[in-house]
Formats: sequence, C-alpha cells, structure tokens
Amino acid sequence: MALLEIQNVTRRFGDFTAVDNVSIGIEAGEFFTLLGPSGCGKTTLLRMIAGFDLPDGGRILLKGEDLVDRPPERRPMRMVFQSYALFPHMTVEGNVAFPLQMAKTPASEISAKVEAALEDVRLTGFDKRYPHELSGGQRQRVAIGRALVTHPSVLLLDEPLAALDAKLREEMQIELINLQKEVGITFVYVTHDQTEALALSHRIAVMNKGRIEQLDVPSKIYGFPKTRFVADFIGHINLLSGSVSERQAGVITLAVEGLGPVRVTSASPISVGGAGTIALRPEKIRIQSRAPTDSPDNHYRGTVGDLLYMGDVTVYKVSIPGGTRIEALLANSQSGRAKFFEIGDAVEVSWPVDAGHLIEE
Amino acid sequence: MIVVAVHTPSRLGRWLVSGPPLAYLIVFFALPSLIMVLASFRTPGEFGGLAPLIEEGKLDLNLESYARFFSESVYAQIFLKSFGYALLTTLFCLTLAYPLASLIARSSRRYRDLLLLLVVLPFWSNFLIRIYAWMILLGPNAALARTVNRVLAWFGHDPVPLLFSAFAVLVCLVYVHLPFMVLPLYANLEKHDQALLDAAQDLGANAWQRFWRITFPLSLPGVYAGAALVFIPAFGIFAIPDILGGPEDSLIGNVIKQQFLETRDWPFGSVLSIVLTVVALAFAGLAAWVARGNLRTPSSARGSRA
Repeated sequence: MALLEIQNVTRRFGDFTAVDNVSIGIEAGEFFTLLGPSGCGKTTLLRMIAGFDLPDGGRILLKGEDLVDRPPERRPMRMVFQSYALFPHMTVEGNVAFPLQMAKTPASEISAKVEAALEDVRLTGFDKRYPHELSGGQRQRVAIGRALVTHPSVLLLDEPLAALDAKLREEMQIELINLQKEVGITFVYVTHDQTEALALSHRIAVMNKGRIEQLDVPSKIYGFPKTRFVADFIGHINLLSGSVSERQAGVITLAVEGLGPVRVTSASPISVGGAGTIALRPEKIRIQSRAPTDSPDNHYRGTVGDLLYMGDVTVYKVSIPGGTRIEALLANSQSGRAKFFEIGDAVEVSWPVDAGHLIEE
Repeated sequence: MIVVAVHTPSRLGRWLVSGPPLAYLIVFFALPSLIMVLASFRTPGEFGGLAPLIEEGKLDLNLESYARFFSESVYAQIFLKSFGYALLTTLFCLTLAYPLASLIARSSRRYRDLLLLLVVLPFWSNFLIRIYAWMILLGPNAALARTVNRVLAWFGHDPVPLLFSAFAVLVCLVYVHLPFMVLPLYANLEKHDQALLDAAQDLGANAWQRFWRITFPLSLPGVYAGAALVFIPAFGIFAIPDILGGPEDSLIGNVIKQQFLETRDWPFGSVLSIVLTVVALAFAGLAAWVARGNLRTPSSARGSRA
C-alpha cells in the first residue's frame, strides 16, 4: 500500500464538481506533482489532503489510516503556501521554531533543530531577521524550512515558486530536487507550470475539470500523451486529426484533412475508419528547402508563414497548401544566425513514421 | 540608467495645504493651553476668576495653586480614582470590543457595512440624551433593577440601587466609549491574512494557540490605538459621573468643572487641568513605547530561546 492513498475522492461546490472521483497512490519518498490549468481541482485536492477541506465522497488514507477525523493541526503533513504565509511578527527563528513549540518539543532541543532546518534550506545566520527583511527567494526557503523542521511524512507545496522571477525559479527548482533527495520526505507539489512539473517530478498527474487525464512519469507524459488535452497542455505540439485509412504491420495511416495521409507507428488496436489524432512535437520535424528523394518519411510542401526567434531556437510556422499549419523548430547552433529561412520561403517539412504518437478518440 | 523623478510640491503649495489646519490648532488649542498654563501661576480673584496680572507695578505670578495641589492628598486620591475608572473602562471596552470587531471583520461584505453602521449609530443621537437614557434603564422601577433585586432577594440580600452608583458610571463609560475601541480594532483585524491562520493550523496550532500566537500579537497596534482613544477621554470625563454617579463617584473632571464654574478658583482649576493632561499624555506615551517595543521583539522570538 502506498504511503498516501487518495481513494475515489470527490468534492462538489453547489453544482460544480471541483474534484471528480480521483484516485492516486503516492509512494514514500516520491516527488509527486498535480499539474493542471487553474480551476482543474488540483488546489482543492491539496487542501483536502492538508485537511482544510473535506471530501464529499471517497477517502484519504495516510499509512492506511483514514484522515477524515483529523483536523489540519493533527495531520503529520505540512503545507508550503503560495504566499509563503510567514508570520510577520516573528523572526526567521521564531517562524521555524513555531511548529516545534506547537509539538511541545523540549525548549533545549528547539534551537538545535531550528539551526539544522535553516542549514537544510541554506539560511544559516538569518535567524534574527524578520520576514520583511528577506528577499522573495529567502522567504520561500524559510517557509520550506518551517514546514520541514518537524520532519513531516508528507510535504504539500502549493505553487511555491509562482511568485519568483524566472531565473530564481530555476535555481529554486534545482534546490528543491536536491532538498527532497536529502531529506527523503514525500513531496506533493501543485503547479500549473508544465516545465516545472517535468523538471521536478518523479510522477505527474495531469488534471482537467476535476479528473485525472493521465498519471505517469514525466517522459511518458511528454512523449506519449494519452489525451488531446494532455498533449496540448504539455509543451508545444502539432495535433493532426483524421480518420484511419489503412492499417498494417504496426503502421497506421491517418487521412488528415488539409494535409493528406500521415503515417505513424502505433500498437493501437484502432480499426480502419476510426477517429484519431497524431501528436507531433515541433522538435521532431525536419524543415528543408528541398525534398529528399525516396524518403520513407512523411513529407509535405509548404511556405514559411511566421517565424519566432527565441534565441536558442527559432520556431517556424509552415503553411501547407491544404490549410494546415505545422509548427517546427530548428536549433540556432551557429551564433549570430537567427534563422535559416525567411517568411514566404518554399520549404518541405518531414518526419519519420515513429516521430508522432497516435491518440485515439 | 533609469532616473526616477519624485514630484515634490512647492513650498507655497505645502503651506497652503497645511496652513489652515495649523492655524486652527494654534488659535483654538495652543493659545488657550498657554492661557491656561499662565492662569495656573496667577492669583484667584476675590470674587472668582483671576486677580489682575500686574498688581502695584509688579507681575503677580506664584506657585501657590501647585503647592495646594501637592499638599492636599484628596486631589491625588481623586486622580487615582479617575485613573482606575478609566483603566477599568478601557479593559471592559477591550474585552467587549474584541469579539465584536472580529465578528464584523469575519462577516461577509454584505453584512459588514450594516454592522459597522450599527456600531456608530449611537453617535446619531445627542451624548447627554444617551446618558439620560441610562437613568431610565438603571432606574429603580426599570426591569433591570427589579430583576437584579429579585435575584438578590433569593439569596437573602437587601435590595441595591443601580442608579447613582459606581456601577452606573462604569456601565455608561463603557457604553459611550465602546465604538472608539471597536473601530480601530476592526480596521486592524479586517486586514489580517487568512493564510497566516491556515499556516499556523497546518503547523499544529489549535484555535487558542492561533489566537494567542498569531491574531492577538498582530492586532496589538489596533489594541493600543483603541486603548488610547478610550482611556484619554474617559480619564477627564465629567458628564457621566455628574448625571449617573452618587456623591462618592466624583472624578477629576467633575472637580475641574467645579473649580471653574462653582468655586470659581481658576488658577487651581488650571493646575488640575494641566496635571490631567500631563498624566494622560504620559500614559499614552508609555503605551506607544510599549507598543513599539512589542512590535520589534515579538514574544515568539523570546519564547523560542527560553
């Protein structure tokens, strides 16, 4: 049995079902992420785990014990709030000591434990500062230190990096990964930022409209999205919809309107005539000025409609005469060169049959 | 490089804005206060008021009224009694206002304005009329006095009068000053961040600990503001003991009024007024000093080292 079991949990607010029959088992020591757009129910689920809200249906078990009768102050879990929620009238030391004092830790042990927690979050020497004297990143560390000082069995993090700027966010991501490894505590992390989820997690549950769309390891979520929603939500992707026109030896041909036949390797049992969507990452598409002859790949002629220079890569939006737009990107490996093609250039896009991933509908 | 231009109003503009209120304060507060200070050093007139300032070509200033104040302990006693009444009023107001203010702060926006309106509603009728209303409420034939005395009779106790007593004075003092405690407390509590209480609860604090360790310390600025707004006027009040108190309940405000209007000893009345002001300001200053110290070194930080 998993450390934290969420069994068929449902939560309704009036007519609106915020969390709809969700079941997840989170293992000890795991970095688990609930990912989804705002309003998908991820924060409601986290608040139910913390005890601030109760499910209308289903159970939440920790080490096999139903938590329904335990108010938040009696659950062995700690939450890191998006706003950090540091006590403004207490020093860093006072904030970190607070949960120890609540747990009636002998006064003689408190200062050593506070010291150790501050060392974990690399804030040694900041104990006499007040929250308003700290930077955003430092406040974030205090919040994490305060949550970890009592060694809870689960740490719940509610969009903890949302208020930080991009550079600091990346630094904190690396620190979070290392910290989680060091302390070995189970992290349940809520975010709407897919890159953050991919970078941090052991496993991700992608949520939409109160339900789990897909639960898997990051590389599977990115590479093999199970539904259109997951494919679209995680990163940039080309979604080519059509019906199956041919099926042979593990290769399925999909008739895509505005593009033509597209071949993709798939073990799916989908039958001829069934509807499907091919999810294709832009980085897997080649873009060239001339067609390679006798290629077994999918290849289509088009013109460059738009391009976006991003620094490391340039994104090309190629218009196919049928009306489809294919997004492809090329790494700018040569410095000083922003693009290989101009808007209006005739190009050919191509990709191997195993580059795409078929989603059944 | 970014240059931030801060717009500073011109000197003339500043004087135009702050001039009128400043002039008002000088004419109606600073000058009368100076006149009162001067009066405290003068000799009382034979038939009340003040003796001429210059008598036979000599300036007539003396410390006799001050000497009288310090030699007759009855005045110090009345000061002490007034201080006690004001302190009790402040404490009762605080105990009653805190739950009320937090109830208003936590109620939904729709009811909040209505509740605040109810708090200030008494100000719509005259101060004296409200005090006289208490005469009726506390009168011997009113339901309250009858009920109290009936209960006392069960325990074999003689009936007690409610009106013209220290009880009546205190009840009315608390009633009159309650809004001055509720409003600053509400203004403070309304700004509290619910996430802090959630965090405290998540970190293991029960309801009492959440109040005592988070809500209360963060509300101290409101507590001190309310205490000052209640204590200072309650300390010098004369109308309430005049109307609702017995002969024993005369406070320093009554004595000052008596000196000016009945005994007509203006110098001595001035001395009492000055002492009242000094004591009230000293108390407010002390409260401000304590408040600042409290906000800088919160109890939690000390607790963790204990």
